[in-house]
Amino acid sequence: MSTDQLLPDKKPDIRWLLLMAWRDSRRNRSRLVLFMSSIVLGIAALVAIFSLSDHVRNDINNQAKTLLGSDLVIESNKAADSSVQMMLDTLGNQRSQECRFASMIYFTKNNGTRLVQVLALDGDYPYYGRLETVPVEAGTDFRKGQQALVDQTLMLQFDAKIGDSIRVGELTFIIAGTLTRAPGRSGLSTTIAPPVYIPFRYLQQTGLLQKGSRFNYSYYFRYDDQTAMDKQLAAISPVLESKGLDYETAESRKRDTGRQFEDVSRFLTLIGFIALLLGCIGIASSINIYIREKIPAIAILRCMGASTKQTFLIYLIQITILGFIGAVTGALLGTVAQQVLPFVLKDILPVQISTSVSWPSVAKGIGLGVILSFLFGLLPLLSIRSISPLYTLRVSVEPAPAWRNPWQVLLFAAILFFITLFTRLQVQSWTQAFIFTAGVLAAFLLLTAVAVLLRGMVRRFFPSSLSYLWRQGFANLYRPNNQTILLVVTIGLGTLFIGILYFMQDMLMSRVSMSAGNNQPNMVLFDIQTTQKAAVTKLVEQYHLPLYQDVPIVTMRIEEINGKNAAAAKKDSVSGIPARAFEGELRVTYRDSLTNTEKITAGKLETKPYTPGDNIYISLEERYANHLKVSIGDSILFNVQGALLPTIVGSFRDVDWRRVQTNFRVIFPAGVLEDAPQFYVLVTRVSSNEASASFQQAVVRQFPNVSVIDLGLILKVLDEVLDKIGFVIRFMAGFSIITGLIVLIASVYVSKFQRIQETVLLRTLGASRKQLYMITALEYFFLGTLAAGTGILLSLGCSYILAKYSFDASFSPSLMPILVLFFSISLLTVAIGLFNSRGIVNTPPLEVLRKEV
Amino acid sequence: MILNVHNVSKTYQSGNKKLTVLHDISFTIEAGAIVAIVGPSGSGKTTLLGLCAGLDRASAGTIEFNKMRMDDRSEDERAFIRNRYIGFIFQNFQLIPTLTALENVMVPLELQGEKHIRPRAVALLGKVGLADRLHHYPAQLSGGEQQRVSIARAFSTRPKILFADEPTGNLDDETSAKIVSLLFELNREAGTTLIIVTHNSELAESTQRIIRLKGGHIIADEPTSNTPLAV
Repeated sequence: MSTDQLLPDKKPDIRWLLLMAWRDSRRNRSRLVLFMSSIVLGIAALVAIFSLSDHVRNDINNQAKTLLGSDLVIESNKAADSSVQMMLDTLGNQRSQECRFASMIYFTKNNGTRLVQVLALDGDYPYYGRLETVPVEAGTDFRKGQQALVDQTLMLQFDAKIGDSIRVGELTFIIAGTLTRAPGRSGLSTTIAPPVYIPFRYLQQTGLLQKGSRFNYSYYFRYDDQTAMDKQLAAISPVLESKGLDYETAESRKRDTGRQFEDVSRFLTLIGFIALLLGCIGIASSINIYIREKIPAIAILRCMGASTKQTFLIYLIQITILGFIGAVTGALLGTVAQQVLPFVLKDILPVQISTSVSWPSVAKGIGLGVILSFLFGLLPLLSIRSISPLYTLRVSVEPAPAWRNPWQVLLFAAILFFITLFTRLQVQSWTQAFIFTAGVLAAFLLLTAVAVLLRGMVRRFFPSSLSYLWRQGFANLYRPNNQTILLVVTIGLGTLFIGILYFMQDMLMSRVSMSAGNNQPNMVLFDIQTTQKAAVTKLVEQYHLPLYQDVPIVTMRIEEINGKNAAAAKKDSVSGIPARAFEGELRVTYRDSLTNTEKITAGKLETKPYTPGDNIYISLEERYANHLKVSIGDSILFNVQGALLPTIVGSFRDVDWRRVQTNFRVIFPAGVLEDAPQFYVLVTRVSSNEASASFQQAVVRQFPNVSVIDLGLILKVLDEVLDKIGFVIRFMAGFSIITGLIVLIASVYVSKFQRIQETVLLRTLGASRKQLYMITALEYFFLGTLAAGTGILLSLGCSYILAKYSFDASFSPSLMPILVLFFSISLLTVAIGLFNSRGIVNTPPLEVLRKEV
Repeated sequence: MILNVHNVSKTYQSGNKKLTVLHDISFTIEAGAIVAIVGPSGSGKTTLLGLCAGLDRASAGTIEFNKMRMDDRSEDERAFIRNRYIGFIFQNFQLIPTLTALENVMVPLELQGEKHIRPRAVALLGKVGLADRLHHYPAQLSGGEQQRVSIARAFSTRPKILFADEPTGNLDDETSAKIVSLLFELNREAGTTLIIVTHNSELAESTQRIIRLKGGHIIADEPTSNTPLAV
């Protein structure tokens, strides 16, 4: 017989392989379902996000014009002069204008006061979509009289009813309706600055149009013909630029909104992806144990003549089908979850989101699930290739470590490549993708290293003097079939994730709360006119409030930097001076000394009062100076409301912006700006909510143009904003955390089968239920505490890095939440461990011994 | 001659040490013969059986099965040879736990790509007295019944040679006697060469030839009274 005749000439019989895969799985299906469930939530999270992105993209396209409410908007931070007004009057088929500014309003019914965004509207804006109000007609009818539309959160907060009145400046308006939604505005933006619409024609009479206040004007245009708009826009663009006016079209708003949402969606996708990766680790680990249990069956098949390929394929089919079922289940769940996501995200998104099934997203999710479960499942599956038929005669040696198997090394590389590739699709650059992959890998490796170290340490320094139960609990950490690495990695990663989320939110809140600490200023009054200054100061004294700061502010623009104006700077790419440096108004003060929140980092602060003929040495905030690309000694020409003022950069300052007090990017020396049009800001402290309310009422009654920022309110708003954002993140992180729990349950469930023989032997030898529970509890307690401890330490490290380098804040976490997190996770691990082992402990030994496991 | 073992040695590496469990083993076996390999624990019986059956490779020497060299073939080629020409019976039965008795018997035939194998497998199980246990899983069968399934499986492909590793090692005397009688009866019908590794001297004496191993060496190779023809 020739050698050729001996070579297996047939291709693997797919039908038989499928049949064997089916037969082989039938005694283990409950376990396989559990493994599969590890990836379900990860896929669900991703399909939900993919679907949402898909819908948002479509919805933004479909609702593009309602995002802006018009075809074109031109924006300016000052009222249009006559030449601009003439130009604006030639644009569009329909025109509207809006003036937007921050102001206090006063609810006359209950004396409530609140800083809001007032929008004085003229014309029929919005042309697309509508101001959604209760009653519906109020959205258009409020313009007919001295009436206002008030944001629904304000209405609730001040218990206001339609027909009540509010005072804006010196005028009283009847509330015509509750505003529920306006074009292009998200719930989050209204939380920060709740809008109040009034008719434009009453703006002058409110008395709020005084110099110094910050006003933004928007001019809205509707076009019958899009090409006419493009032509007009092309013609007026240079004029708009020279006058410092911005414009936005429905198309550009659509792009910007889309881009902003893409960022959110990418971030959420990465959170979902982490859940999926966590699930994949669960799959890899579970299949590893599954294959270890299958070694005898595989060896028998090999002995009977099955080829390496055939045995490998039987299990490959199993995990592929498993991955497919998991991915399909996840996709179904994700499709259901995406019905909820628009509700979760409604405050962040400016468009109405549809919730139909997004088939491309479902396909993407299923594809991702199959590929990842295949790659991760393949890792342990490769060991099948080295299972010898000799195992049927005697238990053979352990397979070679992964790093000695070139296929496994190749597979690791493929997994890392895939993770990096997927991440790259979510982030802006390869560098970010590598950093994310490296971060995930580092967390995995660190947790693995800790687990390996723990096993080694327990083995080396085994506490032989302890009682049997403790020794058994400790020994379970390193004995064959231990779950130490898997559990430490999965629980640790889950803890790491929860920890970072919590610490970051806590850090942001405490950063603001600290500013509101005892004896720190907590109230700022701004837009005080020169003529009002003395009277406001007197009012502060009447209320026995301390006067922390009383600062003059002058508004100006930069005209030239080192002799280059906006046009020259734009042409000159070498100087690096940004064109935006010349746009927008600067709010500047003058003084001869530093406050306690700033220090000089270069040059010298001008303390000598200016005398005519001297150079004017100004001081710049360091980061602002970097932005302008100027050095000490450079010249800057300012335009102070028409008057040109040449200055020289005299010093740089480092400013702590976190304190509640006025800080400035530019400081002039005393003696220069005293006669320029200016307004004042006053900083004080109120001791209680009641004192704050009565003082604010007095201010609004006597000085309607003066706005009050109450830190208590800012804290409340910040809390609401963080809560809304936090809810979205928690919602997505929930997928990771529950995945972690499922992996934990699966791991503990698998280890139950691994431990069944010895538990039964212990029972046979007379161990009581209490003793067995104690051993189990101790093992999972050690694992839980170690994993939770490592996860918390890592999350503290990551949070510290984030706080220091991203938020430029100090990080001092409180002990209590750390302890709560630590004990919750440790005890949860113990509880799941005990719950899973109750089956073995409660079953008579003989029953288990006879059962095929 | 169906099996020719020539100067075979087997050495294992254990850390820095080399452990030789078989030294220069040589013998031949004629087709249709029934041979016992006996010896104390650790004498190398199971290792020798593994090498002869193509489950492992010799460190030195050659093994020819049916005039085919076994030791220079790949694992998959040896798997193919095992499937076509070799049957196995193990001390601990080695049935696949997730397959029923019938499926366990069908697997080697399915691996051959044979069609309509069910009747043959059913008939074989009937022959070993398990006609009413076709759809039972191994865990639902007694030790003796499991070994009968194992025997049915071994004969299902009509192998040229059958290796039995302590086939009665896990069974009581009464069941052992039944299994041995069943094994010999089927073997007689099929005319298969049978090589049995055993501690059981009674079983060894009922074969035609006994190869005695000790410390990895053949210390005796002699025919028994059952031999039809001197080897």
